[in-house]
Amino acid sequence: MAEYKGVMIFGETSQGKLASIATELLGGGRKLANDLGQELSAVLVGSGISNLAREAIAFGADRVYVVDDPLLKDYQTDSYVIVMEKVVKQVMPQILILGQTAIGRDLAPRLAFRLNTAASLGCLELAIDPQSKLLLQTKPVYGGNAQAVFVCQSYPQIATVRAKAMTPLERDESRQGEVITIAAGIDPSAIRTKVIDKVAERVEGIRLEDAKVVVSGGRGIGGADGFKQLEELARMLKGAVGATRPPCDNGWMPAGAQIGLTGKIITPDLYIAIALSGSSQHMSGCSGSKTIVAINKDPEANIFREARFGVVGDWKKVIPAFTSKLKGLLAG
Amino acid sequence: MNMIVCIKQVIDPEAPPASFKIDPSANKVVPPPGVSPVIDPYAEYAVEAALRIKDALGGKVTAISLGTNQLRDIVKKPLAMGADDLILLEDEAFDGGDSWSTAYALAMAIKKIGNYDIVFCGREASDWNAGQVGSGIAEILGLPSVTLAKKMDITNGRARVERVTDEGYEVIEFSLPALITVSNEIGEPRYPTIRGIMAAKKKEPIIWKPADIGVGVSQIGSAGRRTKLLKLFQPVREGKCEIIKGETPEEAAANLALRLRETKVL
Repeated sequence: MAEYKGVMIFGETSQGKLASIATELLGGGRKLANDLGQELSAVLVGSGISNLAREAIAFGADRVYVVDDPLLKDYQTDSYVIVMEKVVKQVMPQILILGQTAIGRDLAPRLAFRLNTAASLGCLELAIDPQSKLLLQTKPVYGGNAQAVFVCQSYPQIATVRAKAMTPLERDESRQGEVITIAAGIDPSAIRTKVIDKVAERVEGIRLEDAKVVVSGGRGIGGADGFKQLEELARMLKGAVGATRPPCDNGWMPAGAQIGLTGKIITPDLYIAIALSGSSQHMSGCSGSKTIVAINKDPEANIFREARFGVVGDWKKVIPAFTSKLKGLLAG
Repeated sequence: MNMIVCIKQVIDPEAPPASFKIDPSANKVVPPPGVSPVIDPYAEYAVEAALRIKDALGGKVTAISLGTNQLRDIVKKPLAMGADDLILLEDEAFDGGDSWSTAYALAMAIKKIGNYDIVFCGREASDWNAGQVGSGIAEILGLPSVTLAKKMDITNGRARVERVTDEGYEVIEFSLPALITVSNEIGEPRYPTIRGIMAAKKKEPIIWKPADIGVGVSQIGSAGRRTKLLKLFQPVREGKCEIIKGETPEEAAANLALRLRETKVL
């Protein structure tokens, strides 16, 4: 295994830019590479993405591998696994980190199986073990009720990391690095799937991930109408509306509004949790919020163990009064 | 249409968080007393996906489950929902595996079943949340795979699947056979009917041991692991919530607004 060296991150791009997850991974990867005394590289895969290599260097990469090919315009399991297999075999990194995104969670396991190694998905924390120099991979298990630390004894050690678990470095254009182009060399017949359409389900207003204030409801909201009241409060606070899984599964809210282990991960300044119990799987999507406020009629609800402030009461009575009082306070 | 669905018996993830305990010395979860295990909810979505295709096009659905101490009443649920057969990979040698050893054993069992158009898995299991077994099976069997499916249509041996993405979804077309992992966005799985429950009672699962699927004990279970679990722990919660009171819920609400202003949260 001695010839494997360095930390590599898979840099996702979005609309001609490095995705925020890519800059986060570069920040986290930089630290791991420093701890190992090795290089940090980034691999960019796509079509028309070569110009982003400099950007990856500005965010911390020592070396950037670019695989730019029209066949790689859309993410497809077959093509991306072929390309990444080629890159890993050429560069031989000890560690490969991807984002826990729709792409990373599809690519990482299949690539790991192809390379005869193993992956951990959805990690919260990565660190180098001082003795063994292996990658300690910490991730939530049992729906966030527990966390597990895994190691993998084959190279490359592959992990995906959740959004906002790592912090990007300051962008520094003076940072030096090398850009290396790798030819994709894909046989089109090896791609067995075809992307017919891409549909963006944009929730109106501020994106959940960007909102400073998030007003969130659970099963106790009871229906789509209830969420209209939450929207009113969110609008007033220039925030966004989120939900736990049941309202999304029941169609009261779009799937994109779901916060939790199987939904979005958010870190707003203020998280107002209404009529939701605070299950571990939900909390793993919002526990990074600066302040959590809970409104629930069950004083035993787990959310009161997570919140900074709470009101025990029926949200149907609490929210209108809360909204109107706040309106007055914020206007004054 | 012949379909295979991978399922799993797990500790009920809906059990109250307070009942969740681990044994740190063994790095294991202690099953909460008095709480019955369930079929992994993600796997139930996979069963539902297969049954919807069976409803539309006919065919056969075979559920397959790997583990030890599988309670018959629990693992028979896919049969009660409408699946035709249940295969249990049941042997202590299968125990304590990771995604590698589990995917390998399931792939070998699927190979033995042979005649299939689609293999379904849940997007991940609710216990270890690994999210890799589906992709692993596809890689071992050389099948195309589409993960995080929320809707699917099959016409003339081709599948059209909506796959959940970070921004919405994408529509993907591919030929069968293939492996699909199913996400919760597909919608609520059906309840077993009384007729289904009666039929499931009468149906005995098929039990396969490692030798039946041609695998050596070094390749499966804990012996076949590629990852090592160093530590399992419960994150500490602070739990210092300030409960805002009032004579009425409305007054408490107003006091909350005042308190948030006072503490400059808003």
